[in-house]
Amino acid sequence: MTYIAKPKFHHPGLKKNALGYTHRDYEGKISTLCAGCGHDSITASIIEACYGLSIEPHRVAKISGIGCSSKTPDYFLGNSHGFNSVHGRMPSVLTGANLANRDLIYLGVSGDGDSASIGFGQFAHSIRRGVNMTYIVENNGVYGLTKGQFSATADRGSKSKKGVTNTDNAIDLVAIALQLGATFVARSFSGDKTQLVPLIAAAIRHKGASFIDVISPCIAFNNHAGSTKSFDYVREHNDAVNRLDVLVGRDPIAVDYAPGTVQVVEQHDGSKIALRKIDADYDPHDRLGAQTFLARHAAKGQIVTGLLYVDPEADDLHEHLNTVETPLNALEADTLCPGSAVLDKINASLR
Amino acid sequence: MSDKKPLSSVNDFVVRFANVNGSGSASANEMFARAILRHGVPVSPRNIFPSNIQGLPTWYEVRVTEDGHLGARGGVDMMVAMNPQTWDKDVAGIEPGGYLFYDSTKPMPSTKFRDDITVIGVPLTAITNSTYTDPRQRQLFKNIIYLGALSALLDMDPKVIEQLIGEQYKGKEKLLSSNVHALHLGRDWALQNLKCPIGLRVKKSDKVGDRIFIEGNSAAALGAVYGGATVCAWYPITPSSSVAEAFTAHCKKYRHDPETGKAKYAIVQGEDELASIGIVIGASWNGARAFTATSGPGISLMTEFIGLSYFAEIPAVIMNIQRAGPSTGMPTRTQQCDIIACAYASHGDTKHVLLFPEDPAEAFEFAAAAFDLAERLQTTIFLMLDLDIGMNHRLCRPLKWDDARQYDRGKVMTTEMLEEGRDFGRYLDVDGDGIPYRTYPGTHPTKGSYFTRGTSRDRYARYSEEGSVYADNMQRLVRKFETAQDLVPRPLQANAERPTKYGVIYFGSTSPAMDEAIGLLEARGHQLDRLRIRAFPFHSSVASFLAEHDFVYVVEQNRDSQLRQLIVNENGIDPVRLVPIVHYDGTPITARFIAKAIGDHQDHLKVTPLRKAVS
Repeated sequence: MTYIAKPKFHHPGLKKNALGYTHRDYEGKISTLCAGCGHDSITASIIEACYGLSIEPHRVAKISGIGCSSKTPDYFLGNSHGFNSVHGRMPSVLTGANLANRDLIYLGVSGDGDSASIGFGQFAHSIRRGVNMTYIVENNGVYGLTKGQFSATADRGSKSKKGVTNTDNAIDLVAIALQLGATFVARSFSGDKTQLVPLIAAAIRHKGASFIDVISPCIAFNNHAGSTKSFDYVREHNDAVNRLDVLVGRDPIAVDYAPGTVQVVEQHDGSKIALRKIDADYDPHDRLGAQTFLARHAAKGQIVTGLLYVDPEADDLHEHLNTVETPLNALEADTLCPGSAVLDKINASLR
Repeated sequence: MSDKKPLSSVNDFVVRFANVNGSGSASANEMFARAILRHGVPVSPRNIFPSNIQGLPTWYEVRVTEDGHLGARGGVDMMVAMNPQTWDKDVAGIEPGGYLFYDSTKPMPSTKFRDDITVIGVPLTAITNSTYTDPRQRQLFKNIIYLGALSALLDMDPKVIEQLIGEQYKGKEKLLSSNVHALHLGRDWALQNLKCPIGLRVKKSDKVGDRIFIEGNSAAALGAVYGGATVCAWYPITPSSSVAEAFTAHCKKYRHDPETGKAKYAIVQGEDELASIGIVIGASWNGARAFTATSGPGISLMTEFIGLSYFAEIPAVIMNIQRAGPSTGMPTRTQQCDIIACAYASHGDTKHVLLFPEDPAEAFEFAAAAFDLAERLQTTIFLMLDLDIGMNHRLCRPLKWDDARQYDRGKVMTTEMLEEGRDFGRYLDVDGDGIPYRTYPGTHPTKGSYFTRGTSRDRYARYSEEGSVYADNMQRLVRKFETAQDLVPRPLQANAERPTKYGVIYFGSTSPAMDEAIGLLEARGHQLDRLRIRAFPFHSSVASFLAEHDFVYVVEQNRDSQLRQLIVNENGIDPVRLVPIVHYDGTPITARFIAKAIGDHQDHLKVTPLRKAVS
């Protein structure tokens, strides 16, 4: 939410991706978030993922609600159209945009205040409709813009910066997304770029409702002892079930596997997710198993991260509605209007 | 036994059916109205129904009108009293000399009747029970049997009704023959046991012409199809639900790719009104024509997004089928009570375009035009119907479409324009009309992208809280609204036969009652010039009309005379010169009401009636 643009000059030797774009082509304006904000790390991961996938930046529509997280689309993909809508209502705007033009890539960016409170309903319904999107929640468990109130994802018993203890139960958006039928569900940590970048890349390639909950500590209001969304707490309690790599064509984005077994998941569009399992027993194709696994670990105070569920055969809202392949916004009167002859028949039937 | 001469009239009377909601009477009652129409006689029917599914009273009124008066008349000449719950009220509502038609299977005490009406008893239950054993059949065919009896009493041609039944049950021979049989059961009983016909009669005529018979909601939905709407997001609410349902039906018929069978539209039943308008705004932002249909409570929920549409300048079309408010009000009763709420919807300084169709034909035209206007002006357009137009069949001129018409997609900067080096600033007023250019997402790799937001920004869409930047933008929005004055449908003026200092302004569904009221007022000696407002912002001719008359009556169907408020607010006129004539009990305004209210006021003003010389 600034118009301080980044300088356009850059080193001529910057590495280019398959489309000839450099990393800089995926950047946006200068962030006005607090120095050290986890959200800026997510921004960096989105840039990295889009660069790695060789996406045309202008073919992405980035849509957000209101709040710190919702400001971030201004900081990446500067040549994309962005939409900072109203509080909590990003999902409906994104759904409409997606219906109008199925050919673009839709990034929905939201926060825990935006999605788990006023926008909880819209979050749920966009997921259950299977809108083809990557829905990222930058989750810090706190209201940063209004200086430190608990959000609905703050864990019960965790403490605010002022020392107040949260007495409400937390909403786990990942658990809800699983229950509602999201076909790609992941959780990650803004401080773990190695895990987050390929998760975002895989979600973008996924056809259907992709949801990623990213724990993103608020450096100003939720990074203290007693918080369960601080850098230290998340690092200490992060229990990754897997790490992955996305293969589009033949080129992997990064190679940084932890030891364990490898499973390759092929998605609708031919892209492949190479899944390096850390927990050898974890099956990301088992929705019920994922729900149980998540609940069991949450009870122990552990934050499960990684690709928790994926349905590689997923479809999306356009398939449910059986819409034409041509984007609806490209149809004109000659194909949409039944014409006067039909109207004459309609008139005749109404006498 | 009647102490009043029975009413006698050909092709000019009102029949009201009193039924129980859920009894299946709607089909038979509507067939009665259609049958009269097929006799070449205009009708104006109205549903009067409660906001529940079953059990409560419901009425269906048919005004038979040789002269083509399509407004509600008031009063009932013949009551078909099929609901014991409302018997006393129904009997009391019959005009002196009128007729009461009832099920005489069970005897009624004489105190339940009136001496000044003609009572017609038909043992409907006995006839149905002796013919049918299935309880549901007994209920449904009882309705057709009373239709048959009425056809004899009113001298209607049974072949016309048989033809209608044939059309309704085409391909379902069993249902067709059983309905025709039930029709004749009632008709034959009446002919054999009653004095037929009575004083009220239907005589074949040629007054319908090529007019069509359609509900406003269905016509508006068809307008959306013709206007190129491809995205509809809605949430069920009375009385607007049938807009989306009709749009769905029309799209299924006319909007599938013949080769692939795929849909050239997307319809989403949102989780609520907020999501519905959000989907509309998202789709419109991305270049599709999108709309939602709702009613007053839905408008309340949508106002935050409507403010975004205004300020961020995103096209949207909202069809508001008004009902009686505030709050839940009377969900199934008609009013024109959302004028102010829509004109200034949302917080801050906002102004929105409103369109006021008078009948289904204009609902069709204005609905199609709304999409052009929304894209041309890049803002929300409200199509303001009400329950009286939306959910009732109306006789209106045939719908028309010019095949040469192309959609006005407004100022959209294309890839080619950007390549040419055109300066793109999302909120630049390039043409001085207050309307900026926009680009669709995905247009160009390096040019034309911008950030849409509800916060203040400069002409290049860059966030800014500078006061002068904010004011510059707000002033441009005012310019845009002024531009809209000449793009929206203009008011229609009709002058009295003689010069007069008095005028009347009205709009929307009041139109047919107003047309008739003018005749009644002229008969009383009062001359009035008329102006039918068809849109907000008001065209300059509204101010001229106000200037040309000493007093102007503003006729509307709400308590607070909301259109009058808007006129006063926007034209800076002395409110004393605008006389409110308001009707807001939830029933449609009638010619009798308007003529009395204006006539009485004219008398109060001591206006000397200008009567024609008696020869």
